[in-house]
Amino acid sequence: MTVMEQRGAYRPTPPPAWQPRTDPAPLLPDARPYRVLGTEAAGSADPDLLLRLYRRLVAGRRFNAQATALTKQGRLAVYPSSTGQEACEVVAAAVLQDRDWLFPSYRDTLAVVSRGVDPVQALTLLRGDWHTGYDPYEHRVAPLSTPLATQLPHAVGLAHAARLKGDDVVALALVGDGGTSEGDFHEAMNFAAVWQAPVVFLVQNNGFAISVPLAKQTAAPSLAHKAVGYGMPGRLVDGNDAAAVHEVLSGAVRRAREGGGPTLVEAVTYRVDAHTNADDAGRYRSDAEVETWRAHDPIALLEEELTHRGLLDDDTRTAARDAAETMAADLRARMNEDPALRPDDLFAHVHAGSTAQLREQAEQLRAELAAEAEEAGR
Amino acid sequence: MTTVAARPATMAQALTRALRDAMAADPAVHVMGEDVGTLGGVFRITDGLAAEFGEDRCTDTPLAEAGILGTAVGMAMYGLRPVVEMQFDAFAYPSFEQLVSHVAKMRNRTRGAMPMPLTIRIPYGGGIGGVEHHSDSSEAYYMATPGLHVYTPATIADAYGMLRAAIASDDPVVFLEPKRLYWSKDTWNPEDPPAVEPVGRAVVRRRGGSATLLTYGPSLPVCLEAAEAAREEGWDLEVVDLRSLVPFDDETVCASVRRTGRAVVVHESTGFGGPGGEIAARVTERCFHHLEAPVLRVAGFDVPYPPPMLERHHLPGVDRILDAVGRLQWEAEN
Repeated sequence: MTVMEQRGAYRPTPPPAWQPRTDPAPLLPDARPYRVLGTEAAGSADPDLLLRLYRRLVAGRRFNAQATALTKQGRLAVYPSSTGQEACEVVAAAVLQDRDWLFPSYRDTLAVVSRGVDPVQALTLLRGDWHTGYDPYEHRVAPLSTPLATQLPHAVGLAHAARLKGDDVVALALVGDGGTSEGDFHEAMNFAAVWQAPVVFLVQNNGFAISVPLAKQTAAPSLAHKAVGYGMPGRLVDGNDAAAVHEVLSGAVRRAREGGGPTLVEAVTYRVDAHTNADDAGRYRSDAEVETWRAHDPIALLEEELTHRGLLDDDTRTAARDAAETMAADLRARMNEDPALRPDDLFAHVHAGSTAQLREQAEQLRAELAAEAEEAGR
Repeated sequence: MTTVAARPATMAQALTRALRDAMAADPAVHVMGEDVGTLGGVFRITDGLAAEFGEDRCTDTPLAEAGILGTAVGMAMYGLRPVVEMQFDAFAYPSFEQLVSHVAKMRNRTRGAMPMPLTIRIPYGGGIGGVEHHSDSSEAYYMATPGLHVYTPATIADAYGMLRAAIASDDPVVFLEPKRLYWSKDTWNPEDPPAVEPVGRAVVRRRGGSATLLTYGPSLPVCLEAAEAAREEGWDLEVVDLRSLVPFDDETVCASVRRTGRAVVVHESTGFGGPGGEIAARVTERCFHHLEAPVLRVAGFDVPYPPPMLERHHLPGVDRILDAVGRLQWEAEN
């Protein structure tokens, strides 16, 4: 006799009708990172696009090397290198229209530069000069965000506002694998999906949050899988395959622009350099691991494909390297000039106007500077 | 021209009216927060706005304060003027990183290129029998964050006028609404809201010569009551309503203290590290030679906000204020 039979005529009230809010199947990411280079799909990739991306990757690699060198010369206080991640960085800028917005994190200077921002202006934060050296409205690039994932809700809000105003603007927000653990990541994803905001999240999963490996960061099958819980599609892509990143990101941007809502893209890549010059990567990973990723280098992958298709001759290769050298030489020369900061600017942009308190303090600083000048002149 | 008679209005109604008028005047103004739409807010401050202006302009958001403020930052970047409601004082804490790291600093870090014209409305303070996390006075945190303005009205006219000013400001304003004054009444012509003193100026609410009570928000009525009671002791107290904590009106405050020679700062917030310490220090630095006694503070005790059944012992009341005033007299005579 079962328990229910013992209870005789008792009939539990059935729960109210329930059905899933959305079909999870179309939201699920691929089982493996999507690839184009080295597969049959590469044959149909647009040669002009591949060559354009190649030139940008070569310039991007050179930019990373130059910026890293500038830290060693004391010209940059710190540089979080994106060496090895150049495909994500340059493609993030390449898939956007002029009217779209880019929301970078502190590691994404290369994406900012690829978007058209003057490299010296893009590096002011890392130089110790003013926090944001560029006008965000000029190229529609938000300030580099040092707090993790806090720029993601900004991207959602901006995209939402644009849609309310009737503009077909898309926001693309960059975040690292560590950033996906932050509350702001969760809240941004949730708001974006609820509002169906035209926003694309690109997670550059480079394996480590400073020293903490992904396995200690998340128990999710992949970071792309997190999308399903919010009700948006998750896409998994090989982050070192520029053609694949371009295809997936352009698709997500197009979908957002056409009113399809947000997408979460996880690009699987690797941070070849240490977190910054203050980091000792040897403490948490082996050289052998780094070498396996060096063998899957984004520039080498593209070079192989271009060479295979007869699209890359020595002249093209040389031209790309020369252009990168010219950019690096110009950056080096300009970064070797001492920036001219004005102490008065401390008080210039605290509020739209000023306050009696700030005017008093500005006066105090002026007096201190006058005394210093007098001392120096004596 | 039709004349509309003045009728009793509450502070809550004045705030609603301010939001409505601001939204009607400027299509960039968007109200957002938890329950602000269909419900009209748990205090009904946003009542009717979604019906009048649509859900795109008065939006029920997911329940997530960092997300509310973070998306508002993005909306402000695109030229809107978001007015965010944080349901209760202590519920605003999850949004603190957005407030401190982005809202307060965006103008500064972009060297003026990216202003943050957004208003964060926070019902604050105790005295309504709220359970844990519903009665905090968090103004010291906001005051200590450069880049923010901190307003807190104490009268119904100020509730209307200062909220309009906050929304019109090109800077972020933390707008602290003293929730126990939501239902205070005053006669008010709803068709012709009264003009108010510019924000950033303190206002002398009661003239007196014996000592100055420096206060704001929920403690203003308590101070006015204490000033009336003090007459029996022969003390003639001046009461200054600070209205905005940032910017701070040193001029009005110091003019009053120099005249009376004695000052007590009164607020609900805790005393240690609280607003009163800053205010007392400012007054002492500027008025030392006019002072007949040390500047005293009457504040909430330095305890986590107590359970409702004990809050009357925590909140500064008339007796505690009069006791402090008495000590000012003693200091002066000995």
